[in-house]
Amino acid sequence: MRFFEFEAREVVKRAGIPVTDFGFTTDPAEAAQIARRIGGPTVIKSQVLSGGRMKAGGVKFADTPQEAEDYAKDILQLEIGGHKPRGVLVDPKAEVEQEYYAGVVWDGTRKQPVMIFSPVGGIDIEQVAQEQPEKVGRRHFSNILPFGDFEAKEVIASTGVTGSALNKLVPIVTRLAKLFVDNDMTLAEINPLGQLADGSFVALDAHMEIENEARGRHKRLLAELGVGDEETRQAREATPFEIAGEEVDAQDHRGVAGNVTEFDGNLGLVIGAGGGSLTLFDAVRAHGGDPANYCEIGGNPSVSKACGLAKLVLQKPGVDKIAVMMSIVSNTRVDIVARGVIKACVELGHDPAEKIAIFRIPGAWEEEGFKILEKYGVDYADRSVSLNEAARRAVEKIGAAA
Amino acid sequence: MSILIDADTAFIVQGITGREAVNLTRECLDYGEGAKVVGGVTPGRLGREVHGVPVFDTVAQAVEHNGGPIDGSVVTVPPAFTKDAVFEAIENGVKLIVIVTERIPRRDVAQMVELANLRSARIIGPNCLGIIVPDVIKMGGIGGPAKNAAQAYRPGPIGVISRSGGMTTEMSSTLSAAGLGQSTAVSIGGDAIIGSTYAELMPLFEADEQTEGIVIYTEPGGRMEAELSRWVTENDSRLPIVAFMAGRFMDEMPGMSFGHAGTIVEGKEDTAGEKIARLAQAGIAVAERIEDIPTMIEEKIAGRAASGAAR
Amino acid sequence: MFIAVEVDDAAAADGELARRLTEACPVDIFAQTSSGSLELVEQNLDECVLCRLCLDASPDGVVKIIKLYDSDAVLA
Repeated sequence: MRFFEFEAREVVKRAGIPVTDFGFTTDPAEAAQIARRIGGPTVIKSQVLSGGRMKAGGVKFADTPQEAEDYAKDILQLEIGGHKPRGVLVDPKAEVEQEYYAGVVWDGTRKQPVMIFSPVGGIDIEQVAQEQPEKVGRRHFSNILPFGDFEAKEVIASTGVTGSALNKLVPIVTRLAKLFVDNDMTLAEINPLGQLADGSFVALDAHMEIENEARGRHKRLLAELGVGDEETRQAREATPFEIAGEEVDAQDHRGVAGNVTEFDGNLGLVIGAGGGSLTLFDAVRAHGGDPANYCEIGGNPSVSKACGLAKLVLQKPGVDKIAVMMSIVSNTRVDIVARGVIKACVELGHDPAEKIAIFRIPGAWEEEGFKILEKYGVDYADRSVSLNEAARRAVEKIGAAA
Repeated sequence: MSILIDADTAFIVQGITGREAVNLTRECLDYGEGAKVVGGVTPGRLGREVHGVPVFDTVAQAVEHNGGPIDGSVVTVPPAFTKDAVFEAIENGVKLIVIVTERIPRRDVAQMVELANLRSARIIGPNCLGIIVPDVIKMGGIGGPAKNAAQAYRPGPIGVISRSGGMTTEMSSTLSAAGLGQSTAVSIGGDAIIGSTYAELMPLFEADEQTEGIVIYTEPGGRMEAELSRWVTENDSRLPIVAFMAGRFMDEMPGMSFGHAGTIVEGKEDTAGEKIARLAQAGIAVAERIEDIPTMIEEKIAGRAASGAAR
Repeated sequence: MFIAVEVDDAAAADGELARRLTEACPVDIFAQTSSGSLELVEQNLDECVLCRLCLDASPDGVVKIIKLYDSDAVLA
C-alpha cells in the first residue's frame, strides 16, 4: 500500500530524520494560515498517489499566503491520473545547495533489502544509474543483524561523499534503513534529500510503501496517520461488485473466494485456484471470450460460499452463462463446489444445465461431484480435458447461444 | 533418484494439531511408501497424538525422542508465529523446511531465509504445497489425499518446479498422462521472497541421474525467470527446460494485483512478453498451452540425447 | 436440496444422543432444543461433508444420511 507524501513525511519525521516544517490541509483558508506560520515563500503540492504532479500543474510556488490559498483552491480541484487529491501539502520553499538521494527497496533475488544512495538527487535514480553509475552506491544489508552505522558510511563514501556531509548523512541513512525494516516497507525513498546552506540535511520529499500482508502489525501507526482499514489504494477504487465479492468471502471463514475483479463481458467465471485462474482467464481471452469477471476460489469453501460467489456472478448485468473451472484440486472438494454452483442457479430460478456453460474441476471427491452434475444435466469435463480446452468449450457454448 | 527428499527422509510437522496439518499428516503417512513423520510440535500439547504421531511442545523434545537429528519439518503455524517456529527448527538442526503458511510478511521470510543460509539449511516456500517424489514420499499437502496424488503423479524423468501449488499437480497430471513421469515435483510458493528459486534448485536436478528434463510454471512479477535464464546460460546445463506462463493478460492491466502476493506487475520488472523473450534467449521454450508441454519437453530431451550421441 | 437427514423418532428424544450428535457434526446440522431433544438445522443440510461422524456417534440405523442426488442412496 502506497502512502501519500504527507503521510510518508510524517513517517520519516517519526524515524528521527529532519523534515521541513510542512502542513497538510484540505481547506484553502487553512493553507494560507500554514503559509503565514511558515513565514516566507511556500510550495503547494497536490497529494495524489500518482507521479507527474509538477507537469500536471499540481505543484505551485506561492510567494504570499494569499497565493498559497489560491493555489490550494485550484489544486484541490485538479484531477491527476484520474484522482482528486486527498489534500495539499504546504511546504516551506527550501534554499537547497545540493540534492541527494537515499532509498531502500527489496532485492528478491538476493533476498535482502538494498540501500541505494547518490549525491545526485532530485531526478530519477534510474537515470543517474545509467548516466553516472559511479555516483550511485548500493549496499545490501542483513535481515538478522541490526543495521550498522558503518554500512551507511560505506555506501555513502562509495559515491565520493566525504567530510562533514558524510558524517551528517550517516545517521540519516541509518534511520532510513531502520524505518524500512521496522515498518515492513517495500519501498522507502527520500528524493530529494536536500543539503541546506548551513550544511544540514532535510527530507524534501518522501515516497513510502508498506507491505499489505504486514499492515496488521502496524495498526497504531496507520490509525494515527488516518489510513482507513479498508483502504487498498489500488490503481482504481473497488467497484460495488468487487466489494460484494469481498463480503461473500468475509461472511464465512471456510475456504476462499478471493480477488473478485470486475470486467464487462458476458461469460461469468467461477474459477480457481491462483495459478488456475490466471491460466483460465488467459485461455478464455485467447479463444475470443469476453469475461465478466476474474476470481480465485481456494482452500475448502463451504457450499454457502461457493453458492454466494456463483450468485454474485450470475446476477451481474450482462452475464449470459457461467463457466466453473479449476486446475486439479487437492483440498477443494469437487462435490461441494458442484452443490454450491447448482444451488445458486436453482435459487435464482435458472436451469443449471443451461446456465453453467461447463464445469471442469477434477480432483478430490470428483466421483461424488460428477453424480451431482449428472443429476442436474450440467455439462462437465474430467481431467482428460485441459484447462485450455474447457475454456474453449465455454466460449463456444456462449457464442452459440448468443 | 530424486532431489531434496527420499524414502528415508524423516520429518516433523510444526503446528500439527491445526485443521490443515491434521489432514496433511494423514496424507503424508498414507502416500507412497509412507512418510516417516516422526513427531509433531504444538506448544502445550505434549503427550497427544495425531494419527499415531506423537505431539511435543518443542522441536528439541522431538529430536530427543527421535534419538538424533531430524531431516525436515513441514510448518503450518499461523503467520504471526511462523518465523519463531522456523528459527526453532533451524536452531535444532533441521535442514529442510517446507513452509505451507501464507501471508507471512516479507521481512520475516527474509530473516528465515538468511538464518537458513547461515546454518546450511534449505527452505521451500512459504505459501507452498511442498515436495513429492512419485510413489515414494510426499512432504506437504501437494496432490491431496494419497489416492488423488497417486492419480496425478507418476515416477519418471521430469523435474517439475512451480510457483503455484495447484498447477504443480495440473502440469504433472498432464505429463503423467503422456507417459512422462516426474522425478521430483516441487511447489516453491508464490511470494515475493521465497526460500528456493528455480535457479537454486537447478543444481540439485542437474546432479540427479533420474532427471532428464525440467518443466516450470511461472507468472508475471519478480525476477526469478531472469535469474534462471542467467543460470542456464552460465552453467551449460544438461537439462532442457520448458516453461508455461500464466497471467499474460496482466501485461494489459498494470498496477492491479492478481494471483499470488508476489504477482504485482510494475513498470520496472519484465512484462510477461519480456520474460518470455528472455527465457527464449536462454534456450528455454515457453508453451502456449499446458497440453503442449509433454511433446515439447520430449522433443528437447530427444534432441539433447541425439546431440550427445553424436559426439 | 442435496442431502436429507432422517433420525429415528424415539432416538431423537434422547438428550444424550442429541448432545453427541451436536458435538460430532462439523457443519452444525444437529442441534438441541431447549428441552434437550434433537432438532435438525435445515439450512445446514446442504453443507453435509459425508464425514460419517454422526453415524459413528449413534447406534446403527438411528441416523440416515440420504444423497438426494444419487437416487436417495443412504450413506453406509
